[in-house]
Amino acid sequence: MSEAIAVTGRRERVSRLTRLLESEKVLAVALLLPGVVILITFIAYPFVMALWFSLTSIRVGDAGQYVGLANFTKAIDDTIFQQAFKNTVFYTFWATIFKLALGMWLALLLNRHFRFKRIVRASMLLPFIIPTVLSAFAWRWMFDPTFSVMNWALYHGGMITDRLPFLSSGDWAMWCAVVVNTWRGMPFFAITLLAGLQTISPDLHEAAALDGANAWNRFWHVTWPLLLPVTLVVVVFSVIQTFSDFQLIYVLTGGGPANSTHLIATYAYQIGVGSGLLGEGAALSLFMFPVLFAVVWVQLRYLKRMENA
Amino acid sequence: MLIERKWKKWAYFYLPMALFILFTLFPFYWMAVTAFRPDPELYRTWRQPNAAPLWTLQPTMEHVIGLLKTTAFPTWLWNTMAIAIVSTGISLVCGTFAGYALARLRFRGSEFLGTAIFITYLVPQTLLFIPLADIVRDLHLGNTPWALMLTYPTFLIPFCTWLLMGYFKTIPKELEECARIDGATRFGAMVRIIFPVAIPGILSAGIFAFTLSWNEFIYALVFMASADQKTVPVGVVSELIRGDIFFWGQLMAGALLGSVPVALVYSFFVEYYVTGMTGSVKG
Repeated sequence: MSEAIAVTGRRERVSRLTRLLESEKVLAVALLLPGVVILITFIAYPFVMALWFSLTSIRVGDAGQYVGLANFTKAIDDTIFQQAFKNTVFYTFWATIFKLALGMWLALLLNRHFRFKRIVRASMLLPFIIPTVLSAFAWRWMFDPTFSVMNWALYHGGMITDRLPFLSSGDWAMWCAVVVNTWRGMPFFAITLLAGLQTISPDLHEAAALDGANAWNRFWHVTWPLLLPVTLVVVVFSVIQTFSDFQLIYVLTGGGPANSTHLIATYAYQIGVGSGLLGEGAALSLFMFPVLFAVVWVQLRYLKRMENA
Repeated sequence: MLIERKWKKWAYFYLPMALFILFTLFPFYWMAVTAFRPDPELYRTWRQPNAAPLWTLQPTMEHVIGLLKTTAFPTWLWNTMAIAIVSTGISLVCGTFAGYALARLRFRGSEFLGTAIFITYLVPQTLLFIPLADIVRDLHLGNTPWALMLTYPTFLIPFCTWLLMGYFKTIPKELEECARIDGATRFGAMVRIIFPVAIPGILSAGIFAFTLSWNEFIYALVFMASADQKTVPVGVVSELIRGDIFFWGQLMAGALLGSVPVALVYSFFVEYYVTGMTGSVKG
């Protein structure tokens, strides 16, 4: 008897719930709630906290006090930070240029028909799949001052008489980081651009060829303009990833030699976690924000324009 | 004429393709050779003539065995796997629900929410790790796998939502409408009719999310303190270098073995992965 009542009770509750979920608004709230809660707790809230931290002298074990913009002015006067900021811009600029140029070239090559195409394409993505920290170690080993395989090959190939200072000179090390970043990010460019290439009708190329356009002209006047939307989005994603990069430099150089290869993120880590100066570290990483914000803003405006068009 | 064409194909296709393959795969080859090369052969300086520099004549398992026996590497592998699976699972559930709501349901603020989620997609981890370490500690999650299982979804949910929103938009509305006419509830139609159709999209998002969490580094570095809680990337960085000495054989063995699970998952689902990757930027 009591069991039967319990069952009816449950049924009533279930049907009330289903009736409630029939409303679009209620269902939307229910579906969005779990994701939004996680994003607010672990993105929006820490972001606000980062802003607060950056205005205080908080350090590990000491809540500190409000210091205004002192952390920011200190960062601007800090020569290591100036170097880190310059490095970040340099690193982002050159790595993006190389990734775009090489990625585009690779995409054009992969767009042709050849044997083993599927397996070549799949293996080209490996640098992007394998955890960056692990592959950066392989590069560090290849750049090793004493045991570098590249010095070995160049020396025995008669190209050099003395070893190249891959990671032991600041300028060289920065270029090495650009090379490794290009190596890692190029597949992402190549495969997304390839997807874009495959949507371009071959008729357009045929028509252009009939009009007497050579390969370069066909690329410049047909392929490039049609690929521009995809290219722009890929570049935006890559700029954000590269500008905020941490792991590659952390493994490859650790910011050395003599703090000459720090990026904003690695220097913020050294100050915030290494030295425990949480306020200063938070202020340093916030220097990334204006640049990232500008990039995202461009991207959003572009998306809006696409939707309206 | 024919000869000239052949020459052209070599210059414009085979040669560049071969160089791309060499550039892309050589680091992995070198990783593997180093992992199986005995120490005396490993530490020969670059000027010395070397019997088999690009190959090894006495392959050895000592680095792999040393890695598995004397370090916590198997535990790191297990941690990374568990964290990647759970955070991917959480993100897929949240992302599928949110993607469906944003693609299909009409409610006030849906456009604003979509934009907001897109913006969080672009917030890098390196901007947030300092305050987030504090939050993780306050929630008593520090040094437990949950610290990562709950924070990795912050960069996975926006991606999954964005990808699946696009996917749901391609599924015809009539499918649900038919089910609703047949008496299915709104929720029932979503779960029984639409979600099964979206499985390829969900799989793409899942594979991509799995590789992203396997790759994550800075949160794991900051939130995990004890050796037995670390993930593979963090363990390799912090535990395989003793003092200033790099044990390159073991390091490369660790890099190789740490890459195998994610490479295996990738190789089974290449097409889904590519869809996920190209979809991640399309919107």
